[in-house]
Amino acid sequence: MTTRDTDWDGVRLHVVTGKGGTGKTTVAAALALALASAGRKVLLIEVEGRQGIARLFDCPPLPYAERKVAIGLGAQGAGQGGDVYALAVDPEGALLDYLEMFYNLRRTGKALTRLGVVDFATTIAPGLSDVLVTGKATEAARRRVDRRGDSHVYHAVVMDAPPTGRISRFLDVSTEVSGLAKVGPIRTHADTVARVIRSPQTAVHFVTTLEEMPVQETLDGLADLQERTGGAIRPGGIFINMARPAMLDRDDLAAAASGSLDAAELALGLKAAGIGENHGLAADLMAELKEHAQQVALQDREREELLTSGRPLYELPMIPDGIDLASLYQLAAALREQGAA
Amino acid sequence: MSPTHLPSPLHRLDMDRIIDDRRTRIIVCCGSGGVGKTTAAAAIGLRAAERGRQACVLTVDPARRLAQSMGLTSLDNTPRQVDGVDTASGGSLHAMMLDMKRTFDEIVEAHADPDRAAQILANPFYQSLSSSFAGTQEYMAMEKLGQLRHADEWDLIVVDTPPSRSALDFLDAPQRLGRFLDGRLIRVLTGPAKAGMSYMKVLNAGFAMMTGALTKILGAQVLKDAQTFVTALDTMFGGFRERAEWTYRLLQAPGTAFLVVAAPEPDALREASYFVERLDAERMPLAGLVLNRMHASAASRLSAARSLAAAETLEMHDKPNESAGPRYSIAVAALRMHAERMQLGKRERRLAEHFTSAHPAIPVAEVIAQPEDVHDLRGLRVIGTMLSQQGS
Repeated sequence: MTTRDTDWDGVRLHVVTGKGGTGKTTVAAALALALASAGRKVLLIEVEGRQGIARLFDCPPLPYAERKVAIGLGAQGAGQGGDVYALAVDPEGALLDYLEMFYNLRRTGKALTRLGVVDFATTIAPGLSDVLVTGKATEAARRRVDRRGDSHVYHAVVMDAPPTGRISRFLDVSTEVSGLAKVGPIRTHADTVARVIRSPQTAVHFVTTLEEMPVQETLDGLADLQERTGGAIRPGGIFINMARPAMLDRDDLAAAASGSLDAAELALGLKAAGIGENHGLAADLMAELKEHAQQVALQDREREELLTSGRPLYELPMIPDGIDLASLYQLAAALREQGAA
Repeated sequence: MSPTHLPSPLHRLDMDRIIDDRRTRIIVCCGSGGVGKTTAAAAIGLRAAERGRQACVLTVDPARRLAQSMGLTSLDNTPRQVDGVDTASGGSLHAMMLDMKRTFDEIVEAHADPDRAAQILANPFYQSLSSSFAGTQEYMAMEKLGQLRHADEWDLIVVDTPPSRSALDFLDAPQRLGRFLDGRLIRVLTGPAKAGMSYMKVLNAGFAMMTGALTKILGAQVLKDAQTFVTALDTMFGGFRERAEWTYRLLQAPGTAFLVVAAPEPDALREASYFVERLDAERMPLAGLVLNRMHASAASRLSAARSLAAAETLEMHDKPNESAGPRYSIAVAALRMHAERMQLGKRERRLAEHFTSAHPAIPVAEVIAQPEDVHDLRGLRVIGTMLSQQGS
């Protein structure tokens, strides 16, 4: 296998967040495919109970169990890709897991579930349910093939995390829990989880589109993460999703935006293509070019804004036909080309 | 962009009829995150105000520039008058941003005596609950809506629901809190305090196991804090439950109109479908679907396929070495871009049709995607006009 440097070598837990509607799940899935190069196993985790991963990979709803959902993106000269596994974590399953793993208390856990302990955690102390969920992800990221060996079960874990507005609080588990528990087992657990999340093994990636609100939320989210954790949680890259490429060169774009593009030239072109007889078509297309130029200008402004964060930017194209499995591989290839995986 | 011909769904949503009907007292905009709920709510509020209603927009998480344009620079939990609204028809517009924690504190203060209130406000569980996002925001949005409606200072309240992980959380949150307060765990936690020893004997074996396990997971101190909090909350429980039920009934009343907002994306439309079915099951009055950010073209007579073919024809003609002759690059760009736009529009149309064929009786309004984000009253007016001028 050829080894090559990527921007996130050494990162084992990739946390992917983003504003609703920016395609956070799609980017997380593409990143998992890109990371699963030759022979490497990658786990893709979903935490919000939406079954978005199952829909993307066109498979039945994911249980609380690690299931293989796809083969990773093959590398050139290195043959086929590795395996992408997926897991849907819910607080209830994570609680049972926690009780079994640390206290061998599975049956008690079931009794607690019946009594509404999970409702309790999710309703009155969401910090507690967050620590159980992030705990599952960090456990998977640290899991070894056997107790003494030093090889990990998963080369990387990718988490499709809660949206940007909630991410810092979600990840800042030890602070959230320490407000509730000064000492005690859950506190100890939270501190263990926090050590992984605050290590260089974890990076938090932000997904955005080149629009004002998602860009603003991304910058706010990065600032919030820095402020809340004093830089202890490592920010990752910014993944620009659904970018639309410019169709005209710079001069023509400027002309289109100001309305000084040569309409006669367009009309002549349409005529040469055999659709010149259509009345008013040139004017309508000219209006569309103008909108396109405005949109490109807006995108450029937003990209500049994102650059001020100093984070690496990756850009994924808009897929006009909608995301299917084939386009996920296409996006994965784009991520790998740009060094994200 | 000029109004574009859109193939008609079975029903068009008549927004002006809804906002002009004085019996409409509450409009709830719901839908999954990132579909433009806040913008839709603000646009409806503005249009209603300019058509003579005393409107109040309750928003949860507005974009900064949109908030600024409405004068929402501080989060003070009271409606503020919005400047720049055309009041010629006698209407007015107020807007407010929800302060979740303050709203919760106010409920506690209203329902408990001062000592107990202070005790609750200082409890770590209360602090975690009242400042976290999961569920509390939904509950508090409904609480605030109830308060505004009760105050009766506005004749139309437009509310934008919180950006929930799932659109459904918004209906579930008050009930989840109620169910939780009513649940067995609460009885176990509050058992020693209120049930006395005879009750305890019956529960004894189970209780010992329970508290044993909870202590093991949470630690004794956490359990004690939780018990204190729950016991304190228990005294306000009746009030909580009553308010939740009052708000729930208010939402079912004929003066309420639900609008489901969706972007033409599979996830957003799937959520919209669930929501429509859920509203129906809860007998909540659904007014219609707002399909936001649709792509349309004024040149829809030129199909994607023909546009692409024309671009390819020109590219074959266009030989870079020939210095003479016309330059076709602009036409090629225009045709390729148009093809992509038509393709996108066609996909959105197909997704919208999936929705309308599953829910044929639901009126739909479509809002065309704007080249730039809306962040002033002028932009909101454009959206309001699009919401209202359907099929004309």
